[in-house]
This record gives sequence, structure tokens and C-alpha cells, in this order.
Amino acid sequence: MGGLEVDIAGKAGSFAVSARFTAAPGVTALFGRSGAGKSTILKMIAGTARPDEGRIVSDGRVLFDAAAGIDLPVRARGIGFVFQEDRLFPHLSVRRNLTYARWAGRRAVGRPLPEVVALLGLEDHLDRLPGTLSGGERQRVAIGRALLADPRILLMDEPLSSLDRQRRAEILPYLEAVANETCIPVLYVSHETEEVARLADKVVAVEAGRVRAVGSPAEILGGEEGGETAVLLEGRVTGVDPHYETATVDIGGATVELSAPGLPMGARVRLRVRASDVAIATRPHEGLSIRNQLSCTIERVTVKGSAAEILLALGEKRLVSRITAKSAEALGLAVGQRVVALVKAVSVERARLMRPDEAVE
Amino acid sequence: MTETEAAIILLSAKVALAATLFALPLAFAVAWLLARRCFVGKGLLQAIVTLPLVLPPVATGYGLLLLFGTQGPLGRLMEAVFGLTFAFRWTGAALAAGVMAFPLLVRPIRLSLEAVDRGLEEAAATLGARRIIVFLTVTLPLALPGLLAGAVLGFAKALGEFGATITFVSNIPGQTQTLSLAIYSLLQSPTGDAAALRLIVVSILLALGAVLLSEWAGRLIRRGGDGRA
Repeated sequence: MGGLEVDIAGKAGSFAVSARFTAAPGVTALFGRSGAGKSTILKMIAGTARPDEGRIVSDGRVLFDAAAGIDLPVRARGIGFVFQEDRLFPHLSVRRNLTYARWAGRRAVGRPLPEVVALLGLEDHLDRLPGTLSGGERQRVAIGRALLADPRILLMDEPLSSLDRQRRAEILPYLEAVANETCIPVLYVSHETEEVARLADKVVAVEAGRVRAVGSPAEILGGEEGGETAVLLEGRVTGVDPHYETATVDIGGATVELSAPGLPMGARVRLRVRASDVAIATRPHEGLSIRNQLSCTIERVTVKGSAAEILLALGEKRLVSRITAKSAEALGLAVGQRVVALVKAVSVERARLMRPDEAVE
Repeated sequence: MTETEAAIILLSAKVALAATLFALPLAFAVAWLLARRCFVGKGLLQAIVTLPLVLPPVATGYGLLLLFGTQGPLGRLMEAVFGLTFAFRWTGAALAAGVMAFPLLVRPIRLSLEAVDRGLEEAAATLGARRIIVFLTVTLPLALPGLLAGAVLGFAKALGEFGATITFVSNIPGQTQTLSLAIYSLLQSPTGDAAALRLIVVSILLALGAVLLSEWAGRLIRRGGDGRA
């Protein structure tokens, strides 16, 4: 399966956008603040907005090429699009909405309808009108409708932004299911760190209409988020203890143990470690309830008022610890010093089964 | 009810129906242009479409006479191309009724087209639908209530049209004497009161029937959409 290559520049009103990135099968997040130009980039890929120059190639097929004068219409681009608002056809039943691409768009029958219906939990709603569904249910139908369009790329424009917190939590597992089993490039536009951390394989950070950085979620999202500092670590489950329901995860150069029932051996996981959950000791301790004691080197000490943030190097990985400025001073923490990070809690952000073609990071 | 009265009612229904059916597609096209397109002269088109509503009907009738009379340029053209004459014929009555009803047809259709969410059409395009299919499966069904409202309003107006009709095609029994014209004639004669009243009752029933029919059809459309059918 081929990927998506985007190299475009253009304007939406007076706002200039230029972007260059590729998206392989899996979820690529276009991540940035509101108004950064993410949605415009997505529209240009979909064909509802037109770049001034550049090229868009999907799965070896040229969708747009300014130099060659190619500009395929929206309907011919082989996309599935999930909008911010669900945009369901109000006069058609859920079933007719889901199958619209087949009976009106003449798209090939890709995945069987029952499979998508089961994936999104829509069994009981097929004969209802969209107007009788909840916001979350409607957005699930919209996702199903896009999946059933037999798309070669799936474009999602902040599909959760119009929903309240509770509904988001209701849909995220479905999006994860879609992300985990998809074999096409999925472009997911969002400004929510939490969504991106849970869903994305790759992050394209967009700022003021330009691509600021491209990398793994751990690299891009590692910094500050909503006032709370945390890091994302990727690793693989190398051991499970069914009795205590714990798993050992190799994060490259170190292992952490966490309680997480049901994680299978070999699963690739993304872990979140909050800075406030990491304490620092100058030497290893025994007789502690904290089981994760990781030997690190201090890379940076930042004092912010009464708190201090310590950036720790753990081989190639980074951890951040948040302690009081008083403790930092009392321990005499300095850059280059060897210390032990005491990790109180680790949460699993995302777990997915390894595909054979995937290498461990 | 006499045979003549029945004939008048039938003629009126025929005239109004023909007027509505021919004006509807044209009105839809104009409503579409006004709702969806931006072009030079849009204001002028809007004004021309509204004209029959604000002009004295007699003036509109005279205008039709000049344009579509036997000597009028359009009248001669229609005669030559389609073999269709309007002067003093029921077709002329239908033309007059159609022109007078036109603004009433355009307005609700335009409003309902403007109310259709363009985002839904965009969504349909992302699902692979061609423009004409998008129109038939999304735009038209969503604009249907407005279309229906326009048709009923237009039909009622055509049924009652008086001024333009009598000016354009005169008041010829059996040919151009529709309900309104017949009622007018009967009221002019000292013995016609009872017959006039009967025709008035009939026009009330026809108008009421049309409105009820549209209400029922509107409900059917809304229910038909829920996919249980």
C-alpha cells in the first residue's frame, strides 16, 4: 500500500499555507493550534480548496500537480472525509448514509457493511434518522460513512471538536479501533494533545501555516501540555505477570514495570509519565514501594518559582521530574550528575499489536 | 350545479395546472440562479421576477398582449416554432396565470435552496457523487418542502388570476373564462348571484384542497425520509 505525499503552497483568504510531508499507512496527526492552517491543508488534499502550487500524490496517483495542470475533482480523489460537524444527510436513514458512497458515489464495495457497523457499534441504529441520534452516535456514523467510501486516504478534521468531554471519551475507543486496524494513511487534524497521543503514529506539527516539525508523538508532544509537563515513551511489552496484573515494558535501554491488566506480550505501547509522578534520589534506595527506579543523568535544571523541573536523560530517552525548588537545592542537583528517577506512576496511552513489518523503536 | 359551471371549473383547473407545471421548472432554475450563483445583472433578474407581483395586473396583461399577441414578436415566434397561439385561447389564460404566479413560485423555492447546507453537498462530493447525483440525492430532497410550498402557492394564485387574464385573452366562455372571470360576469348580471355564490364556494374548496394536499405531501416527505419505507 502506498502512502501520501504532500508538497503544497497556497492561500486561504489572506492566510498563506505551505506544507511538505509524507504520510504512510497509519495515523499521521496534523497537530497545531486553532488557526494554524491544519484544516486548510486538509481541504487542499481533499480538493475543496486549491493550492497555488505543488503536488499531491496518493498511492502513486497524482491528485494535484500545479505544474502539470492536474487537479482532480473532490469526488475522484478516492478520499474519505470526516468533518468537524458530522454532516450526515438528515433525510436519509443511518443505513443509507453509511452506504451513500456505494449507491450515489459508485465507489467500489470495499469492506462489508456489517464489519464497519460492528466496528463502530451501530447495529441498533441502522434504520433511524440522524436527527434521532446523539452527537457521539452521529459522529460514529460519519466515520463509518467515510470508511465505507473505500478510501485510499482517510481525512479527519477535528472529528471530536464539536463534542463535549463525555462524548469524546465515548468515541475515542472507536477511533483507536479504526486507527489500529487501518491499512491506509489517515490524516488526523487536531489541537488536542491527548487525542494525538492516543491515536497518532506520526505527528506533523503545524504552526502559522507551515510545518514546524515532523516526528514521532514522543518527540513532538514530549514538552509542555496544558500546563502539565509529561513525556511520552514508546516501548514493547517484554514480560507480563498475570497474577499481579503487571507488565514489563522495554523502553530502550531501560525497563519499567506498570500495572496494566490484559497487555499482551510483544504489544507496542505508548506510555505517559507525568513530571509530577517522577521523584529524584541521589542514590538507589531499598525499602521503597516505588518499583521503577531508573538511573539517569541530569540534562537541565529549570527553576520556576517554587518548583523545579529536572530534565533527565535515560539513554536516548528523556524524562522530566517536577520537584520543589527547595528539594532541588537541598540535593544539590546539577547538570551532568547521575541520579535515580523514582517513577511513581506510568499510564498506558496507547497499546497496539505489532504488525510484522514494524520495527521496535 | 349546471354543466356550464362544471366546464368553467374544469377549465380553471386545467389553466392553473398547466400554468403551475410549466412555470415550476423555470421558477426552480431562476431560484437556483438567485440562491447559488453570483453574476452581473442578478439584481435585475430579481427585479424582473418580482415585477408581476408589484405591477398592476392589467399592465402585465397588456405587456403579454404586446409580446405574445398574434402580432407580437414572441407570439409569432411561438406560432412559427411550436404552432402555439395564445391570443384568446386557454393557453393564453395559462400563460397569464403562469406569469402572475411566477414570483410566488420562485420565493419559497429560493429560500429553501438557500437553507440547504452546502456542507452536505461537499460531503456528498467527498463520497464520490457527481454533481447531478448530489443534486438529485441531497439538494432536491432537502429543498422539496419549499418546492411544494411554491407549487401550491402558485397554483392558488393561477386559479384566482383575473386582471392579466382578462386584459390578455379577454373573457370568452368555454375558452378563457376561468372561475374568477365567470364570477365577475355573473355578478354583472341581475340574476347571477346564486350561480356566482356556487362558484365562490367551489373556489374556496379548491384552494383549501390544494393547501391540505401540500400539508399532507409535506408530512409524507418528512416521514419518507426516515428510511423505514
